[in-house]
Amino acid sequence: MGVLEIAKGMGVTLGKLFQKPVTVSYPEQRATLQPRFRGRHILTRHPGTGLEKCIGCSLCAAACPAYAIYVEAAENDPAAPVSPGERYAKVYEINMLRCIFCGMCEEACPTGAVVLGNEFEMADYRYRDFVYAKEDMLVGVTGSIPQRREATRLGKPVRLGFQLDGGQPRAELEGVKYQ
Amino acid sequence: MPDWLATLLISLLKAVLVVLGLLTTFAYMTLIERRLLGRMQLRPGPNRVGPMGLLQPAADAIKSIFKEDLTVTLADKLVYTLAPIVAIGMALTAFGGLPAGPAGSLFGENPWVYNLDTGILALLALTSMGVYGIFLGGWASGSKYPILGGLRSSAQMISYELGMGLSLLGLLMIVGTTSFHGIVGWQAQNGPMILFQSLGFVLFLISSFAETNRTPFDLPEAEQEIVAGYLTEYSAIKWALFQMAEYVNMITASAVMATLFFGGWKGPQFLNALIPGISDWPLIWLIVKIAFFLFLFIWVRATLPRLRYDQLMRFGWKLVLPLALANTMLTAAFLAFRGSGGLWFLGVLSFAGVLALLVLSDRVRVLWNQPSVRPEGDIVRAGGD
Repeated sequence: MGVLEIAKGMGVTLGKLFQKPVTVSYPEQRATLQPRFRGRHILTRHPGTGLEKCIGCSLCAAACPAYAIYVEAAENDPAAPVSPGERYAKVYEINMLRCIFCGMCEEACPTGAVVLGNEFEMADYRYRDFVYAKEDMLVGVTGSIPQRREATRLGKPVRLGFQLDGGQPRAELEGVKYQ
Repeated sequence: MPDWLATLLISLLKAVLVVLGLLTTFAYMTLIERRLLGRMQLRPGPNRVGPMGLLQPAADAIKSIFKEDLTVTLADKLVYTLAPIVAIGMALTAFGGLPAGPAGSLFGENPWVYNLDTGILALLALTSMGVYGIFLGGWASGSKYPILGGLRSSAQMISYELGMGLSLLGLLMIVGTTSFHGIVGWQAQNGPMILFQSLGFVLFLISSFAETNRTPFDLPEAEQEIVAGYLTEYSAIKWALFQMAEYVNMITASAVMATLFFGGWKGPQFLNALIPGISDWPLIWLIVKIAFFLFLFIWVRATLPRLRYDQLMRFGWKLVLPLALANTMLTAAFLAFRGSGGLWFLGVLSFAGVLALLVLSDRVRVLWNQPSVRPEGDIVRAGGD
């Protein structure tokens, strides 16, 4: 490393001084996510009928390397079915403290019911609040538990801390609308 | 009020002002440094506390004062407490001798706290006392890493102290006085010393970086190797005092470089044609020059990686010291045999020396930084075959 190289390096740092910082001031500014980002799970529905895609087969729970998913299946009532199959998930819980957001559940799911979405603001105070039940993850629910609690407290709509690169959610997240 | 009492009180007041000024500068230096480093790394830097992060130093101060002050069981309590005080005391004292304007320009008073004929010598002596702070701090912590770090830091500082002192000898020979006023006055007459002693200045600059423990010579805080060096066991306000000492030393080093090589508190003479008397305005020029050098310190920190310890030692002993000696001998020989020639020839020689060093840096480096040769059979490989 001669002095010339040092001078070159000094030139680079001085040049950067006059460039605009690339940092996102996150809480005020929204983070831009790439399309493949894996955040909180979403349980999708069939777009036409509104029936849940999940048939309670527990393959996601079997595939989960962190044992974060618990599924309890029940028989569908033929008159008012919850899912198009014979059975549906009576209880569907994911422990977000254990989840490593690897996406194995998504791959194991035969019906494409569980999909990793884009929400990532899930910090909370109590252990039990990290267990997300079906009603926290079904399509149409915007925000995580603490986000929704905060929104109710303030009387304002949930503010998501991200925006999508390109503005469109992924194809498998059909029915999910991010403002 | 007797005369001596008035003088004493005014001196005390000036000393307090200097200390306050230095500590405020230290506080905002930390902020400016973090902001600049941030911007050089394409991020905004601290901007949360107050408008534009301007209250960050206050927040840091409150934090370090009220933080729990831990003392290790095995520490030598007295020396452990004294070491940071020695470090900051010496750093603050050293600044007082530097003149910041013409005599009588500070509301009728002289803009310096004390004026010694041995100005540079006193300053070098005072800054060297800072080594005691570092070494005693490392020793009194009663722990392994601090003592290693303290040993290392004091070895580094003593090594570069030599090059620092020697690189100034040429300047002293030309000027013929060690008083800062004499040096500033000489430069007002003959032009800034950098023109005649560029080699000496480069060596002094490098030694200053090492003396103030700044990157790329910031081995005292090489956290990968020795945790945090001599201040590993320090916390809260004592830690902050060490940090303060480092920054105050940096400000002093900048002021010394400005005074010795760049005309001190005197501004460029040609500006007098535009605004009469501008080159004599007190404080302004010194502050501008100090700010420039402080920016240089930060800029280098943003760019260069840390040297390895053996590289640092080789660099000090095999390059800086001999070159400073060569610079001294060159100046001495020139002054002895110059006949009727002006000083400008020495300036050209000195500048040629700097240029040669820059151009040949890759070849010179091999001379002083040759890897040590080991006998074949002696190589130890990790893991084994």
